[in-house]
Amino acid sequence: MSDTADRVKKIVVEHLGVEADKVTEDASFIDDLGADSLDIVELVMAFEEEFGVEIPDDAAEKISTVSDAIKYINENKG
Amino acid sequence: MRRVVVTGLGLVTPLGADVETVWANLLAGKSGAGPITRFDASDQKCQIACEVKPADHPYGFDPGKRVDHKIQRQVDPFIVYGIDAAGQALEDAGLTEMDDDLKLRTGCSIGSGIGGLPGIESESIVLHEKGPGRVSPHFVHGRLINLISGQVSIKYGLMGPNHAVVTACSTGAHSIGDAARMIKDGDADIMLAGGAESTINPLGVAGFAQARALNCSFNDRPTEASRPYDKDRDGFVMGEGAGVVVLEEYEHAKARGAKIYAEVVGYGLSGDAYHVTAPHPEGKGAELAMRMALRKAGLAPGDIDYVNAHGTSTMADTIELAAVKRVLGDDLSGASMSSTKSAIGHLLGGAGAVEAIFCILAIRDQIVPPTLNLHNPDEGTEGVDLVPLVAKQREVRAVLNNSFGFGGTNASLVMKKV
Repeated sequence: MSDTADRVKKIVVEHLGVEADKVTEDASFIDDLGADSLDIVELVMAFEEEFGVEIPDDAAEKISTVSDAIKYINENKG
Repeated sequence: MRRVVVTGLGLVTPLGADVETVWANLLAGKSGAGPITRFDASDQKCQIACEVKPADHPYGFDPGKRVDHKIQRQVDPFIVYGIDAAGQALEDAGLTEMDDDLKLRTGCSIGSGIGGLPGIESESIVLHEKGPGRVSPHFVHGRLINLISGQVSIKYGLMGPNHAVVTACSTGAHSIGDAARMIKDGDADIMLAGGAESTINPLGVAGFAQARALNCSFNDRPTEASRPYDKDRDGFVMGEGAGVVVLEEYEHAKARGAKIYAEVVGYGLSGDAYHVTAPHPEGKGAELAMRMALRKAGLAPGDIDYVNAHGTSTMADTIELAAVKRVLGDDLSGASMSSTKSAIGHLLGGAGAVEAIFCILAIRDQIVPPTLNLHNPDEGTEGVDLVPLVAKQREVRAVLNNSFGFGGTNASLVMKKV
């Protein structure tokens, strides 16, 4: 669990260029971390690469916070 | 009639990432050339280029200074260079804090000759190897030529004309000329104008080498490869970077007490109507552009003190020189003429803007930059001061700046002291 969280946070920091301490689990990508909808598409792609999961578009649309991403990955990774 | 002056300058080049560093290195006769470090070029015919240096180099470029981390990741380097150069120019002009009304009267005309070739290359590989679902959502707008103007307008809130010229190696000059006209026509009071390029990637280098345009015979002596007008010249050396100027309506600049570098007084454009890569052998198109620029400026040949030549270090150099002679006279009426591509390489879509800035600095400091590596001037250069090897202090009242591009597109700018 914590391993997934750390790797997700690392990807978010790298892609959005935000301070690591801002990437809390309840942080919203758009409202708190300055992402736009295309940034989320890119983040989802990075999660898929990192964790070897498929995140279909309808699932990706529901990922709006860091914890949404961690939860989806933990539930779906192989 | 509305007059147009230059009130701010910004440069990112292989000789430095700010105007004064670049200018000092250029006047000192330094070369920005070296072996290609951006990628493994060992299988390329051409293995040298004038690269913008990394941040830890004494005159390197730090992209983090003016471009957000997120944008750096999403866009091609030519856009990063362009945003930085535009920021420098605005800072130099004292225009980083504009009121809303002025923002409505301020626009951007910053182009590129080729655009995001490195990103097109790398994403093509992603598409091929990983499939369409792995292509970046930022792929398109991170490669588009008008996205320097787009990004700069968003960053600074500039709602005036938003334009981007694409005329190969004439882009920078056309960008400045077109933007000056927009100010003259009353479309804007201030325009950020210039060009940028960054195509030192495998596809870009291979493409220009296959077109027989690049120097491929000086791989072991990179700093000697760009040698305009020299008998041993053998193709251009690719450079990269950006040049952006702030153009401003004269009364507007005067009213706010802006520092005024020079006035843009003449702009000439023409087409060769001859060949896609080779210039017309008699330089007819080049001559037309120069004559138009001088006529618009209302200047006589004897008024021009410095010509910054297109001078790419190819066979075309002597064609350009013959055309300049026809326009200015066999001795260029006393003008000095040099090619600064000998030092920074050919910045393609950025060249015309960067070289316009060198012309402006020549006016400011009354000194003209040298043509490096000019040891054995080619036939036809007799009696012309090509400023070989060493910068030259001299009177510089007005300058002529030439840019010619693939497709046979020509642009000449005339600028003078105010």
